Amino acid sequence: MLRWLCIFILIAGFAPPTFALSDGDLPSSHMAEGKDWWRDFTAQIDMSGFTETRVAVRLQGDQFQKPFSLAETRFQFEAERELGAATLNLTADVYFDAVSDQHEFGFDGDAHIFDLRQATIEFSPLDFMDVKLGRQVLTWGTGDLLFINDLFPKDWRAFLLGRDDEYLKAPTQAMKASFYFDRLSLDVVYVPEFVTDRFVNGSRISYFDPKTGDLNGRPDVVTTIKPEGWLEKDELSLRLFGTFASVEVAAYYYDGYWKSPGGSDISLGVGTFPRLKVYGSSVRSAIWGGIGSAEIGYYDGQDRSSMAPFNRNDEVRFLAGYERDLGGDLTIAFQYNFERKLRSSALSTGASEQRTHHVITQRITKQLWQQTFTFSLFNFYSPSGNDGHLRLKLSYKINDAVKLESGFNFFYGRTDETFFGQFQKASNVSAAMKVSF
Amino acid sequence: MKTAVLIFGLGLAALLLPAQMAVAEAPDVAEIVAKANHTVFYQGPDQKARVDMRIIDKQGRIRKRQLTLLRRNFGDADGEQKYYVYFSKPADVKKLVFMAWKNIGRDDDRWLYLPALDLVKRISASDGRTSFVGSNFFYEDVSGRETEEDTHTLLSEDGDFFVVESKPKRAGDVEFSSYKNWVDKSTYLPMKTEYRDKAGNLHRVYTAVTVEVIGGFPTVVDAIMENKITGGRTELHYSDVVYAVGLPKNIYTERFLRKLPRKYLK
Repeated sequence: MLRWLCIFILIAGFAPPTFALSDGDLPSSHMAEGKDWWRDFTAQIDMSGFTETRVAVRLQGDQFQKPFSLAETRFQFEAERELGAATLNLTADVYFDAVSDQHEFGFDGDAHIFDLRQATIEFSPLDFMDVKLGRQVLTWGTGDLLFINDLFPKDWRAFLLGRDDEYLKAPTQAMKASFYFDRLSLDVVYVPEFVTDRFVNGSRISYFDPKTGDLNGRPDVVTTIKPEGWLEKDELSLRLFGTFASVEVAAYYYDGYWKSPGGSDISLGVGTFPRLKVYGSSVRSAIWGGIGSAEIGYYDGQDRSSMAPFNRNDEVRFLAGYERDLGGDLTIAFQYNFERKLRSSALSTGASEQRTHHVITQRITKQLWQQTFTFSLFNFYSPSGNDGHLRLKLSYKINDAVKLESGFNFFYGRTDETFFGQFQKASNVSAAMKVSF
Repeated sequence: MKTAVLIFGLGLAALLLPAQMAVAEAPDVAEIVAKANHTVFYQGPDQKARVDMRIIDKQGRIRKRQLTLLRRNFGDADGEQKYYVYFSKPADVKKLVFMAWKNIGRDDDRWLYLPALDLVKRISASDGRTSFVGSNFFYEDVSGRETEEDTHTLLSEDGDFFVVESKPKRAGDVEFSSYKNWVDKSTYLPMKTEYRDKAGNLHRVYTAVTVEVIGGFPTVVDAIMENKITGGRTELHYSDVVYAVGLPKNIYTERFLRKLPRKYLK
């Protein structure tokens, strides 16, 4: 019911901007003016973008993978145009990655040459309402590279392979409506057809396969069945938020599916994306001379029948973070995160599985030479898995257009079975040059 | 009629009296500092400006920044303010938005919006003495430093300037040992500021190069901040300065970080 109400509101939001457009600066439809119209239209497009070349090489051999984890040249083009009271935005990446096995045209994943990051129309049908329709990157929540209530798609492959952090967030086709009132605001995001994470599937990064008890990877890629069907296999995300005396609070709701395979169909031997609801809240404020935040979420699995014994159990996730500027362009930050699996009524997925997973993160950022040189270190460490992931990045801006970057992605652990430990052979060093225009 | 003139005359005298007394007894340093603080940061109910910044290092290499600043006062006293800063150049920071709520008696609140990630990042603001976007200006040079944080001494009032020396009450929190301001007696704009480091050496020098009267308010439209130790400098040029724009209160919220208040950025 809630879902249909949201769809109705979104569709109703279309009507006012249609009027706004007709009395705005839209050109008349006379054929003779066609050329002028096109010239006017293109003249007012605000364009920018960049080209980037990035190479990453593995620190140790992986029998399933190539020695390089990335060898790509990317061109990003961004265009913006105001149209009456609305704004059109387009951001597209065209790239060629020599490490990839496939280079056919496609819209997502790392096996393609085109990534449409954004194609949206934005308008405000009412004083207190904003609407953004189309393919877009969406983010909310308080975590730094950790997510609880942000169930918008992530590109874990890009993140682990050593691409820019910008690519951790994958785009999704969505209708976003935001309602702003005096004290509280509400975001409604409706995704008409479920979009998965770009999860680790073995194509570029090998993973621990519990079925064989060993590492697995290319060409044996994880196969999955994704829920499909427009307006049927959909996702709904809600966020109610407000700021009270500089303290930001929010409540979240998600109704959709596990974003990475959260179950499996044993008869077909494929991964599945079981139904999932998430309820959560967060708080963020200035505290102790820095920024403190906390976020909690309850992952409520929906398919609990005995027919689906391998679906993930319910989980409670919690995150607390603190960041502080120490002066001299030096910032440090810490986070603590835990995920606790709860028993569901269905069969438990293996007794050996650890029930609580703890992760601690540290971030140190130091800038030098008028902020042209940036040193950034981010470390995930899991005391429960005794493993972790260290990300080190050095970047230098030669001038306003050219940036050089060097990265070090290191995975560590005692065994191949743990969350970060399974990626040890994906550790890599990278170098990149980016030219913005 | 005569009575009316008399009343008017008395009223006028009453109005002028404090000013005359002030001239006669030399102005209070606290008053000079308060007026200068008002003139630099609080003129008009709000202000919009386009800022072109040239950051020039010792070797003469130039980096540029272009931003639009929307500043609004909250409350009558020269206290709380909110700042909205939209970056249009260079390309790698284009569409980035910086927002600050200037608080009195506690740290400011600051946010950054990163459009590529659709991320509203809250940033730690305990140190106002760090470079603003890589320039020789500090955050506090842009949004103001609370006058209560320093002790002020009037060194001289010869000629056209009041020369005021300020020393920090909490020396450990700042990089300077003192700073000296040359405040124009007619406009109350500081025309030059010299910051000395802990060793007493000249560190940074601010110079107001061009002043224009805009909307009735004396406004610095060209300024330079030089770093005498590194040899670098930053030049600021303000254009399209408008006071009393009528900026709505709600511009300074998450809503307008994610969706630009385009009407006010043009």
